[in-house]
Amino acid sequence: MSFFAITRATLTKDIRLEWRSKDAINAMLFFALLVVVIFSFAFDPTAEESRRIAGGLIWVAFLFAAVVALNQTWARELRNQVLDAYRVSPAPANPLFLAKAFGNFIFVSVLEALMAPLFIAFYKLRALGPGWQLVPIALLGTWALVVNGTFFAAISLRTRSREIMLPLLLFPFSIPALLGMVNATTAVLTGEQSAKFWVALLLAYDVVFTTACLLFFELVLEAE
Amino acid sequence: MKRGFPILAIVTALLLSFALYEALIVAPTEQTMGNVQRIFYYHVPSAWTAFLLFAINFVASILYLIKRSEKADILALVSAEVGVVFCTVVLITGPIWARPVWGIWWTWDLRLTLTLVLWLIYVSYLLLRRFSTGGKTPVIAAVVAIFGALDVPLVYFSIWFFRTQHPSPVIGGGGSLDPRMAHVLLINWAAFLCLAWLLCWTRYELEVAERRVEESHAMESLMEGSQ
Repeated sequence: MSFFAITRATLTKDIRLEWRSKDAINAMLFFALLVVVIFSFAFDPTAEESRRIAGGLIWVAFLFAAVVALNQTWARELRNQVLDAYRVSPAPANPLFLAKAFGNFIFVSVLEALMAPLFIAFYKLRALGPGWQLVPIALLGTWALVVNGTFFAAISLRTRSREIMLPLLLFPFSIPALLGMVNATTAVLTGEQSAKFWVALLLAYDVVFTTACLLFFELVLEAE
Repeated sequence: MKRGFPILAIVTALLLSFALYEALIVAPTEQTMGNVQRIFYYHVPSAWTAFLLFAINFVASILYLIKRSEKADILALVSAEVGVVFCTVVLITGPIWARPVWGIWWTWDLRLTLTLVLWLIYVSYLLLRRFSTGGKTPVIAAVVAIFGALDVPLVYFSIWFFRTQHPSPVIGGGGSLDPRMAHVLLINWAAFLCLAWLLCWTRYELEVAERRVEESHAMESLMEGSQ
């Protein structure tokens, strides 16, 4: 099987599983909804204030929610020793990683698309800058979260209490990406500055860590 | 090798006492800050030592992935551990100095934030090593250490831009250092480097001993199982 065929097979399998069970997306959606409601209660911001803080709130909510999906990525494959089977098969490791990362990317993007209207309603948001820029920012930011998240989830498989280990690893390493997403979003919402630098930073983060993940994933998968 | 250890211990003790004397008595009192400034002789050498140890951790991790030698893995572990200790000293002495001089305990300035993020990254690295099970720990730890090193320039640029956008109340750096102060600073750094070396060495030997004990336990239970 070619690289592309393995990626597609794994990806369609994961999407079909998710479509039938809806485990990850339900948990993520409800979790993000709770975060939105609690933040909205806790801060009760005016339209002006919420423009300044919304970037932070949105991405923190998505980051927390994404951990739910990321934790399920590999745990699902452990149940029937699927991962062991994959390890002994002659298939290369990287297509598996890419399929998992794309899968998480799709799940988190769906979550973002569903949650965005709620955010706009609860926080009375209206972008003062060029609103279309939020789309590339969201795409780059989501990839930044899921590419390292998928990788660290594979690493935390090898630990005790792996569900706790994933955020403990992912959050400190994601600080530059988070700063990028939050500040780019705030820049667009307030329209005060250009988001150009932050988009460039996100792009650099994505390129560096996608390369690093592809370089080291085989090592992590085969680590015995 | 073993004979060098007490010698290093004595040299470290002497150097540390001499450095303390130099920092508290010999070094001139700073004009505007007064005696508070003397914490500088502990703060700066700790920071340099911590960054050096993190760099050693990075090199040792790469070495481990290339050569798969246990020594490189233990070196990576102990340099991260001792580095986190020195980094903690930096993060504690900093606010103690900042409170009387700047009037605030903490500010999200470039260097402060970078040091804090470094500390977070290496604490999470050590947590991973602690939580990790089985013989794969060295490999995944080495990979995470390399990820951490890749993260540092990105963190640097993100905070640099973040800060230049929102000027902080603090005007840091600049100015020249009195040569007598620089002299005391270097003596203190030498003392701290010896201390770091001593700590790493102790921790290294301890780690080797612990691994041997674990191995013999594993062998024992294997033998019992086969009987």
